Amino acid sequence: MASSPYFSLAVLFLAALAFGLTPLALAWLWARFFSPPKPSLVKNSIYECGLESKGDAWMQFHSAYYLYAIIFLIFDVEAVFLLPFAVAFTGLGVAACVAMLVFVLLLIEGLAWAWAKGVLTWA
Amino acid sequence: MAVDQDLKIELGKQGVFITTLQELYNWGRRNSVWPMQFGLACCAIEMIATTMARYDLARFGAEVFRPSPRQADMMIISGTVTKKMAPQVVRLYNQMAEPRYVIAMGACAISGGPFKQGYNVLKGIDRYIPVDVHIPGCPPRPEALLQAFITLQKKIDAQPLTGPGRPRFLDAAAQGEFPVPVPGEHDLEPAFNQGVWPLPVLQPGKKD
Repeated sequence: MASSPYFSLAVLFLAALAFGLTPLALAWLWARFFSPPKPSLVKNSIYECGLESKGDAWMQFHSAYYLYAIIFLIFDVEAVFLLPFAVAFTGLGVAACVAMLVFVLLLIEGLAWAWAKGVLTWA
Repeated sequence: MAVDQDLKIELGKQGVFITTLQELYNWGRRNSVWPMQFGLACCAIEMIATTMARYDLARFGAEVFRPSPRQADMMIISGTVTKKMAPQVVRLYNQMAEPRYVIAMGACAISGGPFKQGYNVLKGIDRYIPVDVHIPGCPPRPEALLQAFITLQKKIDAQPLTGPGRPRFLDAAAQGEFPVPVPGEHDLEPAFNQGVWPLPVLQPGKKD
């Protein structure tokens, strides 16, 4: 085992691990024996800049925000799929090109809808 | 175990450094204080100046202001505490990690200052939370805040780890929660925390 070329590496790895873990363990032991925790309802409550938190984080968003979702899909998520498509374009068959065209057309339909709704006009 | 100061100096001259666990522990504690990042009024501007390059609070090991009470152990009450703000300040103090220290900076924080007669001004934050160092001034200069910080460091240095007078976080029986006041009909309720602010004796004929 000691003849293995990786033996010194393993020793160094263990030493590095001990170097990191020993202070953590000592700090944990110190806190465990000398620093009694004092939890309370106020201390454990959610931090909200000193204010009491109100309501639940699981709230519903109004459906009127769907336009933002459409715009996000068109200009952000679409690029994620277009980039690998463009990179592999020369090696692709007709079926792949048609599939991508359908995908892009679906998104362009969303763009047309957003345009008709006046989202693209600077207010 | 106490070390004789003369012996320590004599050994130091011979190149031998001796210390106690308490000294070592407090040396570490006083040089790694994490202040909480919040300001209440104009004193906060002086507090900000103290942390910047010219006055450089970093020399004393307290340059990193934490935006969350979970990571902070020193609160600098920098400015007027209104009665609307007091519950938030007390709640933040409660949410800070032990051991926690408080510096009341400026006339407003220690007594209400020039706004003492105002209907909505708290007449000193020490009505609700234990204050370690008070700094007078309106506003105090950054040097005054540095002086207060050095005073706090001296206080931390002098705290014994066992027996009476040990810091609150080492004492299981010590009070850990400080009641958060709520706005009442005329004033905050309770108007003060009896545990940290014993009611001063009223003197007849003397106007407050």
